[in-house]
Amino acid sequence: MSQTMLKVENLFCERDDRVLFDQLSFEVDGGEIVQIEGANGSGKTTLLRILSGLSRNYEGEIYWQGEPIEKVREEFRAELLYFGHQPGVKALLTPEENLHWYCALHASLDPARVQEALEQVGLRGFEDVPCHTLSAGQHRRVSLARLYLSDARLWILDEPFTAIDKRGVAAKEALIGRHVAQGGSVILTTHQDLQGSGAVRSINLDRQGERG
Amino acid sequence: MNQPLNPQRRPAIGMGALFAATLKRDLKLSLRRKSELVNPLIFFLMVITLFPLGVSPEPGFLAELAPGVIWVAALLATLLSMDSLFRTDFDDGSLEQLLLSPQPVMLVVCAKVLAHWMLTGLALTLVAPLISVMLFLPAEGVPGLMLSLLLGTPTLSLVGAIGAALTVGLKRGGVLISLLVLPLYIPVLIFGTGAVQAAVTGLPLDGYLALLGALLALGTVLAPLAIGAALRISVSG
Amino acid sequence: MVEKKKWLPRWFYQLASPRWCYQICGKLLPGFAVAALILLLGGIVWALLFAPADYQQGNSFRIIYLHVPSAILAQSCYMMMAVAGAIGLIWKMKVADMVAKSCAPIGATMAVLALLTGAIWGKPTWGSWWVWDARLTSMLILLFLYLGVMALNSAIESESTAAQASAVLSLVGLVNIPIIKYSVDWWNTLHQPATFTLTERPAMPAEMWVPLLMMVVGFYCFFAVSLMLRLRNEILRRERRAGWVRDLLLSK
Repeated sequence: MSQTMLKVENLFCERDDRVLFDQLSFEVDGGEIVQIEGANGSGKTTLLRILSGLSRNYEGEIYWQGEPIEKVREEFRAELLYFGHQPGVKALLTPEENLHWYCALHASLDPARVQEALEQVGLRGFEDVPCHTLSAGQHRRVSLARLYLSDARLWILDEPFTAIDKRGVAAKEALIGRHVAQGGSVILTTHQDLQGSGAVRSINLDRQGERG
Repeated sequence: MNQPLNPQRRPAIGMGALFAATLKRDLKLSLRRKSELVNPLIFFLMVITLFPLGVSPEPGFLAELAPGVIWVAALLATLLSMDSLFRTDFDDGSLEQLLLSPQPVMLVVCAKVLAHWMLTGLALTLVAPLISVMLFLPAEGVPGLMLSLLLGTPTLSLVGAIGAALTVGLKRGGVLISLLVLPLYIPVLIFGTGAVQAAVTGLPLDGYLALLGALLALGTVLAPLAIGAALRISVSG
Repeated sequence: MVEKKKWLPRWFYQLASPRWCYQICGKLLPGFAVAALILLLGGIVWALLFAPADYQQGNSFRIIYLHVPSAILAQSCYMMMAVAGAIGLIWKMKVADMVAKSCAPIGATMAVLALLTGAIWGKPTWGSWWVWDARLTSMLILLFLYLGVMALNSAIESESTAAQASAVLSLVGLVNIPIIKYSVDWWNTLHQPATFTLTERPAMPAEMWVPLLMMVVGFYCFFAVSLMLRLRNEILRRERRAGWVRDLLLSK
């Protein structure tokens, strides 16, 4: 299960006349956790957005399972779970409605498992209240429930633990651990130290900046 | 627990379900924000009211003005509600999730535009008879007015959505949208008012409606492509 | 970067290099500038002094020697902007984005010139500065389309995003232009049954149309000159951190 999932070659990105990274190359294998490190403004989020395919302002090559990513966009998206800065949760909808729409976007997901996922993130009893009545942490949990639903092989998580309490973080870490044990890959940024989720490889963007 | 990775994926029940789900979601969202729901209608009524006050309340004169006034007001009301089409989705990150779906973006976009039209264009069409009474539009013109609105306003929503998609990444897109979209609305305006005038004078409507229908067909085919591309560009920026 | 495709000729990729493009523009500029100067001067002198006066409109018709070329150019400039934008979108070619961006102000200026000369011509012909003539109205809408593209371009901060967004908008505009033109023509016949049309003139004598042709070609050359000047500026501005630009600036 250690075939290369994502391969990045000579990635170059500049923003506002500042080179964020240049000649950035790395691979992400199945069963691997890659943590992107760097100071604020070093381009962590930009890199994750590029990897997920949201941002196209880059030069260089990205391969998904050996194929150039432009050629296999749809297959790639079917295998991708992206958790961004904005949680992608509609404040006017209930957690359940939010997740049902997510299931509709990813046809391979089973809406019947939404309840179970909400229970996993501790939102039982909140299924049918509008999300704007929930706390910030609960809000993010709605979005994190997608991790329990997902069958994607690559998870790209941008600060997944922000506003989550300790117990929630431990549960998420265990979940990430299970995901990689099953051969999935995780690319994430976080300010916390990851514990108990096995080997974590880190890529530091600050050093990249110096080189570039 | 998690499904095993690389499962025998469930057959993509896909497209129809996603279209229906998005349509339902957007209608639900609008219905939960009732104040914004009626805003375009109120705006429509207010603009209409300005003309008798600003020009003349004389019935004959108003009747002559009515087709143009109603169409211009409908156009502005559509435009007013356009900016919010993708903005909330952009702000809360739903748009990112939408663009990362393996399903075609055009499908979701079509559903969103349809939802938008049902709550603006369709609503405007339904209150049009009331407006035509206020502006003394002869009764013969009313079916023509409603038919032309019914066929023309979806095109307005489709074209407006291109503008909304292009400006969604900007802090204030409101005025800019109008600049981008209004020139593109001109053909719909011309054929729309033409249809109403023809109806009033008892001329056959078919030609106008066919033209409006052709514009709608063209819009339905091409606009979702442009909207999808524009959304990807805006989110990428 | 530009993805190589076999069916595209080599110069296409060379064009994609800002540096090469800067140099080739530098080489072409003098030729076009001289051609524009000769054609415009020759055309103007011929048109104003030697071409015969119109039997209906007298000397006032001579403004077509400015009006027609600027109107033609305004339209072809939009087409060029949209095509360049499309190339930039599809092949991620920076130079094409820059061409598209440089086209917009030139085209808008031409549209303004066409409107102004149309208005000036309208005064003696129709007795008023503005008439809702189909061609003038279409030109006004074309100007709006230009202004929209320029407004969008300047509103978006990131240069590549601005270029892509403007490209989409100008393509949408390009699809719409024939529709707008048709609808306005149609509207015009409905509201103003066959007044005096501006440019569709029956069989112009050669002494009239040859200077006109000279002016049109001269305008195109002038357009090429101003486009290349703008493009070179834009290339220098965007590539200011590239080595070759620094060398170039230091060597002067």
